[in-house]
Amino acid sequence: MGIEPILFYSFATVLLVSASAVITVRNPVRAALFLVLTFFASAALWLLLEAEFLAVALVLVYVGAVMVLFLFVVMMLDINLARLREGFIKFLPVGLLIAVVMVAVLVLVVGPEQFGLAKFAEPARHNADYSNSRELGLILYTVYVYPFEIAAVILLVAIVAAIALTLRHRPTTKYQNSTEQIAVQRNQRLRIVEMPSEERK
Amino acid sequence: MLQWLISTYENWQPVSGYLVHIVAITVPLFVCVAYLTYVERKIIGYMQVRMGPTRVGWKGLLQPWADMFKLLFKEIIIPSGANKILFLLAPILALAPALAAWAVIPLNATTVLADLNAGLLYVLAVTSIGVYGVIIAGWSSNSKYALLGAMRSSAQIVAYEIAMGFALVGVLIAAKSMNLGDIIVSQAGQHGFLDWFWLPLLPLFIIYFISGVAETNRAPFDVAEGESEIVAGFHVEYSGMAFAVFFLAEYANMILISALAAIMFLGGWLSPVQGWVSATWLATPYIGWILDDGFHWLLIKIAFFLFWYLWFRATFPRYRYDQIMRLGWKVFIPITIVWIVVVSAMVLAQVGPWWDRPS
Amino acid sequence: MPLIFTQLQLALPEIVLLGSTCLVLIVDLFVSERSRGITYILAQMALLAVFITLLATSVGKTSDAFSHTFVRDALGDTLKLFVALSCSVVFLYAKNYLKTRDIPFGEFYVLGLFGVLGMMILISAASLLTVYLGLELLSLSMYAMVALQRDSVTASESAMKYFVLGAIASGMLLYGMSMIYGMTGSLELATINTKVLEHQHDIVMMFGLVFVLVGIAFKFGAVPFHMWVPDVYQGSATAVTLYIGTAPKIAAFAMLIRLLVDGLLGLQSEWRDIVIVIAIASMAIGNVVAIAQSNIKRMLAYSTISHVGFLMLGVLAGTPEGFASAMFYTLVYTLTALGSFGMVILMSGYGFEAEHLDSFKGLNQRSPWFAFIMLILMFSMAGVPPFLGFFAKFMVLKSVVAIDLVWLAALAVVFSIVGAFYYLRIVKLMYFDTAQDSHSLEISTDMRLLMSVNGLLVLLLGLKPDWILDLCIRVFPLA
Repeated sequence: MGIEPILFYSFATVLLVSASAVITVRNPVRAALFLVLTFFASAALWLLLEAEFLAVALVLVYVGAVMVLFLFVVMMLDINLARLREGFIKFLPVGLLIAVVMVAVLVLVVGPEQFGLAKFAEPARHNADYSNSRELGLILYTVYVYPFEIAAVILLVAIVAAIALTLRHRPTTKYQNSTEQIAVQRNQRLRIVEMPSEERK
Repeated sequence: MLQWLISTYENWQPVSGYLVHIVAITVPLFVCVAYLTYVERKIIGYMQVRMGPTRVGWKGLLQPWADMFKLLFKEIIIPSGANKILFLLAPILALAPALAAWAVIPLNATTVLADLNAGLLYVLAVTSIGVYGVIIAGWSSNSKYALLGAMRSSAQIVAYEIAMGFALVGVLIAAKSMNLGDIIVSQAGQHGFLDWFWLPLLPLFIIYFISGVAETNRAPFDVAEGESEIVAGFHVEYSGMAFAVFFLAEYANMILISALAAIMFLGGWLSPVQGWVSATWLATPYIGWILDDGFHWLLIKIAFFLFWYLWFRATFPRYRYDQIMRLGWKVFIPITIVWIVVVSAMVLAQVGPWWDRPS
Repeated sequence: MPLIFTQLQLALPEIVLLGSTCLVLIVDLFVSERSRGITYILAQMALLAVFITLLATSVGKTSDAFSHTFVRDALGDTLKLFVALSCSVVFLYAKNYLKTRDIPFGEFYVLGLFGVLGMMILISAASLLTVYLGLELLSLSMYAMVALQRDSVTASESAMKYFVLGAIASGMLLYGMSMIYGMTGSLELATINTKVLEHQHDIVMMFGLVFVLVGIAFKFGAVPFHMWVPDVYQGSATAVTLYIGTAPKIAAFAMLIRLLVDGLLGLQSEWRDIVIVIAIASMAIGNVVAIAQSNIKRMLAYSTISHVGFLMLGVLAGTPEGFASAMFYTLVYTLTALGSFGMVILMSGYGFEAEHLDSFKGLNQRSPWFAFIMLILMFSMAGVPPFLGFFAKFMVLKSVVAIDLVWLAALAVVFSIVGAFYYLRIVKLMYFDTAQDSHSLEISTDMRLLMSVNGLLVLLLGLKPDWILDLCIRVFPLA
């Protein structure tokens, strides 16, 4: 057996196990960590598909930045697990029904019968000097330049929205302005009062 | 059966070859880390008019080994209420990325473990996951101080990673490649060290190195440890070998950042006198070997950056947390974005001596 | 001229809008709190610039750009003009309302302009990718606008609902798009349309169609994906409700035409049945539930749902006349909704929201003129001749009858009679009840003027609807 199938099956197993752990573990921090592992495993699978740019971008963006912030928030929040689990049994039948329907749809629609190797040929292998990132860059800035720019505008809107929703100038906040403190003059802090000396009684 | 064994062996043979290479890179790296701690204590000692370690071995040269054995024989105490698996996993998660990134570092013109086309991206991705060691350590310790350290570290690393990434984008534009070997080769020329990217990319170079210091949680950005405020931050509960692994990870990361800075801005294994020395000199034994490109130049450059690390630690007081955030988000990121535009303009205008050669 | 410049020229209105929006964003950052009015003026000028460039660069013929991701045609130009116009009106109505409330002034206009950009991208979309991205740009701006009123619990709640449901709908849409892409191997709507017949009975194609329809129905707020509409309309600040309730409907109509007509016309026999169900359900639930409402914004939300049902009638006819009538309906609805939500703003004073139906009591005594305007608007919404709304309803019903679905037309008439009840109730409140609040209304001159024009347009265009109707018929060439 070659090394590639072994890698595929081991990463696929890790992916499935950790993905199911994300939704089954009780502790939100551990769930987030399992999600990180899921991302990792899928990045590895992408590497096997010769999509190294996507793999690295997944690790860089999701693992390296998004999940770090996610963990940051999850660790700070005191999530009440008991309340989260409220109604679990009550909604279980509905949830199960939806899950079964979803699985059935997925199998029916995107299963091998519709998108199998019989219908679509296996993509050709590229030689070693094929650069996935170069190809992506070329196509992004030529054929897909318009959608690409729109995506940039969407990110801009996201920034504007995030700042508009979170930045507050509270007039009551007290903070130090070190420049002001250094530039302070004597007469701003000190008032010399002239008083006539009093006689000792 | 035999056929199967043979074919399996043939399939797996490259893997065992890689294993040998990996060991050949990591073991010297560990020795370097060990002696980096020694050098740090010595240099900071001299800067503060002290002697540093002197007792163990000649001039204290065996001090790192003494420290290592001491830590090896200490008990690893797991705090009550800690998450045991994650607690023990955290140091490994901190160390592994620092080692994994070395896979794509070219040691000289021919030696590199994995000649990746997307080497730069790989390095960026791998270094960005080192923070999990810190976060998991802080959280799993079940301690307020450790958690505070982890929070500080995660916010800081996310902030500086963006600036770092943008600095690397500048390098990528300048070198027109993401392969670290090609990046070095594109800095070769006839003008000695002036051919390297440090000059046209000077703001990116400075920002990259400072962000690197921040990424490794070293002084003056060591709020994650902040021994005067939060005792020792994320590794306050660690002892023995688990603590030593954190230590190892921190120093391995320092060496890695130094190596990357050397490769991307100071021409890696290129000689600083490239093109200035005549071929006859280069053909001379010993002197020629020293003057010619080679691994030793990479080592010297790494040492140069490491010295800066130590110098920073001996000199600067710790940044305040809000100052760190301000520097990262409001100063570095705008500068890098502006300079990426400038670099692109320079590349398009074929400014010499870096971009006037046909590529 | 190099190819890239001809392409950029086609997209000039979008480029001008993006540039001027960024300008507004930066200027707003530096002006002091006192001179915030300049943001408003700049935002209006940005819309004016879009209006002018749209007219100036209009080429009359259909041409695409950027590797078939962008299309410039008469339909798009007309819809974009109306979007820019209605947003300009929204901005004017909103101005004084925002000033007296704790809503960030500059951000409202900046996000509003970004929303307009999203609508224009959506209107000009020629590929699944641009449909999705334009939709996201629009939705993201709207989520943020709803949440802008940070200290209001209801606004935050409705923003959250809107965001979560919107994200799910986007996911559905994307899922459907990926199935269509998987079957046809193309993202371009024109290519999909040529290939769609090969896959007419493919199960993947059917699922893709259904998911895309879910996305469209959600954006319109059609039943059964209408749950967000009342909550969001009621929970957000009235200025934001005004924005959400008007121009995005035009964009949603464009999205429907792009996806179902430009892309999936070959599956018309399949999607017609689904649209019929959606239309009937929307008309039924919208009109019946609206009767029970006591909050005017909520009532207008349900009225929106019912109007979407009527609009769908024109679409499901599947003929150029049907599409033209649906477009006419959308434009008429937008004009009337501008006036109706504008009235709610107009009635709201400082620190007081005229959200309850009772606040319209005895409006005739307080301001006979605006009571009359509101009367026109409500009659038009109800579809009473000779107001504009009547012709809109008439046109869609005509197109339904033309494809021999007389029962559907009859059903629609029944629902519109049910709907007349709650519109006329407002008229009754205004004219036959005594006012609870006898203060005269404080209305600025520009608002007074625009409101009058808005109301009178509904009346006058109703007397002579041919102009807009011709416009709508012209953009749908007889295939």
